[in-house]
Amino acid sequence: MNKRQFLKGMMLFFPASVLIETLAKQAGGGDTTATDSRTARQAAGAAEPAAAPGTGEAGAGGTAYDASGHWYGMGIEIDKCIGCNRCAVACKTENNVPPEPFFFRTWVERYTIKGGGETAVECISLDPKPRGEAAPEDRDVLRTFFVPKLCNHCAHPPCVQVCPVGATFSTRDGVVLVDSRRCIGCRYCIQACPYGARFFNHGTNTADKCTFCYHRVVRGLLPACVEVCPTQARIFGDLKSRASRLVRFERMNNINVLKPALNTEPKVYYAQLDGEVR
Amino acid sequence: MRFPEQVGRLGAVAAVLVLAALAVRFVMIPRSYFSTRLHQASTVEREIARPVSFAGVAACRECHFEEYDRKTKGYHRNLACETCHGPSARHAEDPMAVKPYAPRDRTFCPVCHGYDPSRPTGFPQINPAAHNPLAPCISCHNPHDPVPPEVPHDCSACHAKIARTKAVSSHALLPCATCHTASEQHKITPRTALPTKPETREFCGRCHATDAANPNAPKVDLATHGGAYRCWQCHYPHLPEGR
Repeated sequence: MNKRQFLKGMMLFFPASVLIETLAKQAGGGDTTATDSRTARQAAGAAEPAAAPGTGEAGAGGTAYDASGHWYGMGIEIDKCIGCNRCAVACKTENNVPPEPFFFRTWVERYTIKGGGETAVECISLDPKPRGEAAPEDRDVLRTFFVPKLCNHCAHPPCVQVCPVGATFSTRDGVVLVDSRRCIGCRYCIQACPYGARFFNHGTNTADKCTFCYHRVVRGLLPACVEVCPTQARIFGDLKSRASRLVRFERMNNINVLKPALNTEPKVYYAQLDGEVR
Repeated sequence: MRFPEQVGRLGAVAAVLVLAALAVRFVMIPRSYFSTRLHQASTVEREIARPVSFAGVAACRECHFEEYDRKTKGYHRNLACETCHGPSARHAEDPMAVKPYAPRDRTFCPVCHGYDPSRPTGFPQINPAAHNPLAPCISCHNPHDPVPPEVPHDCSACHAKIARTKAVSSHALLPCATCHTASEQHKITPRTALPTKPETREFCGRCHATDAANPNAPKVDLATHGGAYRCWQCHYPHLPEGR
């Protein structure tokens, strides 16, 4: 083969291969079963849905979900939490969080404040086994209580600010989401979150966090942790609706947020929050 | 001027390369990769498309309205069904094929009701080791309408500690009246009308002597066992196996 033949062949080969590939993509355009995220990204190709952010079918209801009409938040009443850990367990089931006991989208902390101002914090979700025998009463303990924690879905989220590829963002209804296809797993957001709400998912090799169970909320269901909470210590609602339980909760309680000095404007509101809680 | 043939060929190769680059940019790479709006929309759509595991109370009520109505009148009225029965969305889709979990053993209820000093005051808590050991919770408490199995009555209303002790002893099935006789006046003025107590070794011997009729009670020979001591100087009658 001489140079002339080679160039002729190339001139035919490239356009032909592009044409064949395009035809193949269009034939399998709706194929969403591709497991590898890169293949899926290419397969979706020009057929990417052009919906506005936050629009999607509202499951069984059939009515379209309008994200701009909502602004979601959660209320947590410390005095009602019994530390049963049902929320953390339900969250793992609902969201396929890795089963190892140190990956959580939501978890419960036990605060023990002793005389002399010594505060001990322990994550009870790490060892959710029920106690067989009641622990002996420690006379030195001033007060002790449980604090459920999760992503605060800040209005000014530091994690969104630091993401170098724009994989994490706030939706128009105030939920901070992570695009697991765009996330490069650099862990900046995990470092930036002042609440420790993010973790690195070793299954997907991306950052992972609470989504307020967005897939449930748009279907009109409650987040899994709120659904299973036996004492109504967690309250989920829409801050734009006067009738929502969360607005009522804010009216009836003294509300605090975690680390207000950081100006992150969290949307997880705590009632009866002790000053020792960090 | 004649157009050189080499320039034409070079131009064709350059055109092919440009076309290939354009194809990569506009055909192979999805638009959502360049458009923030589309990228976020596709993330939201993927998030929304995720399956639900917890069906929610409204779905349970459609079929199990009797349990639901009973639950709404009891202390567990604010509990979702799936708090105890586990995620049941698949059961709601196909009720015959998939059955939800139903906790029946003693380990489940203490997850909430076992004593823990951090739990809020007033939340009903028990010590699982001392509260009717080995009995399943549901044998006394209906989880859909949990109340104490019986309100304290007769002796246990005042003598609750003795009643609780006796309940775990081998004398659990003996009514208080087996050994004590209390007049009606004892309920009105307890200190002035004291109930009777057994006074002789022969009283215990009615069950525990070698010639006693009761086949289940352990037997001793009253003539040789314990000498001059009374039975209750060594054996506490409300918990005879205790030391």
